[in-house]
Amino acid sequence: MPPAAAAPADDGNWVMPAKNYASTRYSELDQIDTRTVGDLRVEFTFSTGVERGHEAAPLVVDGTMYIVTPYPNRLYALDLTQPGAPVKWKYEPKPAAAAQGVACCDFVNRGAAFSDGRLFFNTLDNFTVAVDAATGAELWKTRLGDINKGETMTMAPLVVKGKVLVGNSGGEFGVRGWLTALDAGTGKIAWRAFATGPDSDVLIGPEYQPFYAKEKGKDLGVTTWPPNQWEIGGGTSWGWISYDPELDLIYYGTANPGPWNPEQRPGDNKWTGGIFARNPDTGQARWFYQVVPHDLFDHDGINELILLDMPVDGHPRKVVVRPERNGYVYVIDRGTGEVLSADLFAYVNSSSGVDLKTGDLKYVEAKQPHMGQVVREICPTAPGAKDWNPSAFSPRTGLIYIPHMNVCMDWESIEANYIAGTPYVGANVRMYAGPGGNRGELSAWDPVKRAKAWSIKEDLPLWSGTLATAGDLVFYGTMDGWFKAVDARSGVELWRFKTGSGIIGQPVSYRGPDGRQYIAVLSGIGGWAGAIVAGDLDPRDPTAVKGFAAAVPDLKERTTKGGMLYVFALPRK
Amino acid sequence: MSSPCRGNNGICLLLACLLVLAGCEREERQTRAEPVNETGPAAVSMTGLYPGEPSPPDPRGQEYEGNAFHLAQGKQLYTWFNCAGCHAHGGGDIGPALIDDQWIYGSGIENIYATIVQGRPNGMPSFRNKIPEQQVWQIAAYVRSMSGQASKAASPSRSDEMQNKPAEQSMPQEEPKDSSGSVPNLDGRQ
Repeated sequence: MPPAAAAPADDGNWVMPAKNYASTRYSELDQIDTRTVGDLRVEFTFSTGVERGHEAAPLVVDGTMYIVTPYPNRLYALDLTQPGAPVKWKYEPKPAAAAQGVACCDFVNRGAAFSDGRLFFNTLDNFTVAVDAATGAELWKTRLGDINKGETMTMAPLVVKGKVLVGNSGGEFGVRGWLTALDAGTGKIAWRAFATGPDSDVLIGPEYQPFYAKEKGKDLGVTTWPPNQWEIGGGTSWGWISYDPELDLIYYGTANPGPWNPEQRPGDNKWTGGIFARNPDTGQARWFYQVVPHDLFDHDGINELILLDMPVDGHPRKVVVRPERNGYVYVIDRGTGEVLSADLFAYVNSSSGVDLKTGDLKYVEAKQPHMGQVVREICPTAPGAKDWNPSAFSPRTGLIYIPHMNVCMDWESIEANYIAGTPYVGANVRMYAGPGGNRGELSAWDPVKRAKAWSIKEDLPLWSGTLATAGDLVFYGTMDGWFKAVDARSGVELWRFKTGSGIIGQPVSYRGPDGRQYIAVLSGIGGWAGAIVAGDLDPRDPTAVKGFAAAVPDLKERTTKGGMLYVFALPRK
Repeated sequence: MSSPCRGNNGICLLLACLLVLAGCEREERQTRAEPVNETGPAAVSMTGLYPGEPSPPDPRGQEYEGNAFHLAQGKQLYTWFNCAGCHAHGGGDIGPALIDDQWIYGSGIENIYATIVQGRPNGMPSFRNKIPEQQVWQIAAYVRSMSGQASKAASPSRSDEMQNKPAEQSMPQEEPKDSSGSVPNLDGRQ
C-alpha cells in the first residue's frame, strides 16, 4: 500500500501527473470496470495544434482540464462543465524558437502541476511559469537556465510545502544538472542543488547520511571526475519527484553523466545516475544511492519513484520502488537509502546483478564500450529497459504496471568535442529488437513476491505511461496509436481504441462535473522513440535519433504526427 | 563485379596504362590553401522565383563539390564540429535529415553555407566566426554529397565509423525539394 499521507483519498481530480506524492497513478474511481469497459467511447476530443511528441498528463481540477503542449508550450484550460469542453482560456509563454535546437529528444513537455489555485509548468527555454488557474493570467515567470549552454526544461514540476521543484534537461549537451526549488507565491529561487561539484553546491551537509560507504566522502562531485569535467558533467533532473510527508523527504533521480563516451570521464562521476533524498525546505541531502556509478550506457536515473509501505522478508518496510533504466526493479528503504532488492524485469546482458552489501551494480566486462571498437548486442539500450514513461501501482492488486522495452544495441565510442550549446555525446549507436522480436512489453510486477504476475508483449516499444484504476483496469497506449484497457489481474485485453497518432502520453482518470468517470489521454507521436516521425527523419541512417531510428524503421509507415486529446466515458444511462 | 581482366591480359594491361595516365591528372589538393583568404558566398537566394534570368551560382561551389580532398575534409569536420550530434550521419536527430530530398532553407551549396554561418530560427545554431570560411565550404560540400548531390567520383567511398548508411559515393542522388527555394540552377531544374 502507498503511505496514506502521500496518497490521500481520491477526490476525483487529477492535480499532478503522478496523481499523488506517492506516484501511484492510481484512480479510485470504479464506474468503468472490467465488465463495463467494453462500452467505453469517445466523449470529446481537442486538437492541440502541435505536431511534436505529447508526453504530458492532462490535469483536472474541479470541472476544468489543463493541458500543456510540447514546444511552444501552450497551456489550455478546457471547461468540462460545457458540452464538448470548449477552451476557457489559453496561456502562451512564447518560448524562444532556438530552444528547439538544444532539446535532445524532441521538444516534449511532461505536464503541469496544480496547487492552491495555481498551475506551474516549465518552458523549453528554461522558464518556470505560474499561471492563475481561474483566469490564465501569468503570476510569475522565472528564468532558470540558458539554452546557449544546452539547457532546456521538459519535466513536470512537483509542488511541496509551498515550493515548486523543477530540474533541467540537457545531459546530451554537457550541462551541469540541478534541481531547484522556487517559492510558489513569488517565483523566487529558494534553493538549488547541483548534481556535480563541491558539497556546498550539491547541498550535502550535516544531514547527509547515506547507507553505503561508496556514497561517503568530501566533495565526491569533484573528486570522482577528471579535473573540471564535473562542470560539464550532466546529472540533470528531467524526470519524476516523489514526496513522503511523514519522513518529510523528497525523492528524485539524476540523469546520465556527459559525455556518453565513458572513457572521457574515468571515475564514479558523482552525483549522476542516482537517487537523492532531500529535505524539501532547505534542499539538504539526506541520502544518495548511485544506481549506475560511472554510467556506461546513458542510463539516466530519472524514472518514477513509487512510495509503498510493504512487507520485505516478512517485515513491514517503508520503501521506494524504482523500475530502473538498467532493467532492475529496485526496492529501496526510503528512510536510509538501503537497497533491499534489485530484480530484473527485462532482458539484460550488460550487468549481472546488484551487490546488496555494497550497492554496486555488477557490469559485464564484455559489454563495456571502448573507443575504436564496436561493442555488439548490448541489452538494454541507451534509453534503457525502461525510460521516463511512468508505471502505475494498484493497491487492489498489489501490482506495479511497468511499460517498458525489449531493445538491444551496438555501440561505438568516439571522442566527443565539447562545444557549448551543441551535443556532447561521443557514441555511435544503433538499436534493434531484443530476444523474441517484440520491442515493447507491459509487465505487471509484484514487488512483494519480486516476480512478474503477467506481461503483454507489444510489437513497438512502449513509450506511454500507464494508469491503474479501482475498476481493476490498466490503461496504456502504443506508438501506433492504440489506446488499450487490460484486466489488471490477468492482463487480458478488454478494450481498445485507435487514436489519430502514436501515444506516448500519460493517461489519467477523473470524475466529471456530471458525476461520471472519464479517462483522458494525449495522442501525438514523438519523444526520443517517435522523433523519427515527429521530425520526419530518415531511417536509412540507423544512427539517426541516437540510434533509435534503427529500432523503429517501420514507424513512419505505421503512424503520423499530430497532437490530440481523447476523453472517454461510458454512455449516459 | 564483372572484370574485363578475366582471361584477357592485353586489355587488362591497357586499362592499367590508362589508369596510370589518368593518374597524371589528379585533382589539385589545396592542402596549403589559405583559409584566411577564403570568403563566403554573396547574398543567397531563398526562393526559386526571380525576375528574368537566374543569376549564375558561385563558381567556387563546383570547385568544392568536385574535389575529393575538400569532401573528405568536410566529412571529418562534420563530426568534429558536432554536426553529427544533431543530424546524425544524415538521418537526422534534433536537426533534420540531410540524406533525404527535403531542404527547408535551400539545397544549394551557397544556401547550406549560409545556413551554417547564419543559423536558422528553429534551432540551427549560428557558427558565424566559429569555423574558418574554407572549412564551412568543405562542410557544405560534404553535406551535399550526403544525398548524392556532389561529384560521385570525388565523394567519400567509405566511413571510418561503425557501419551506418552506405558511403556518400554510393548514396542514391535525391531530387532536392526546396520548400524555401535555393540557388537558381542554370540547368533550369528549379
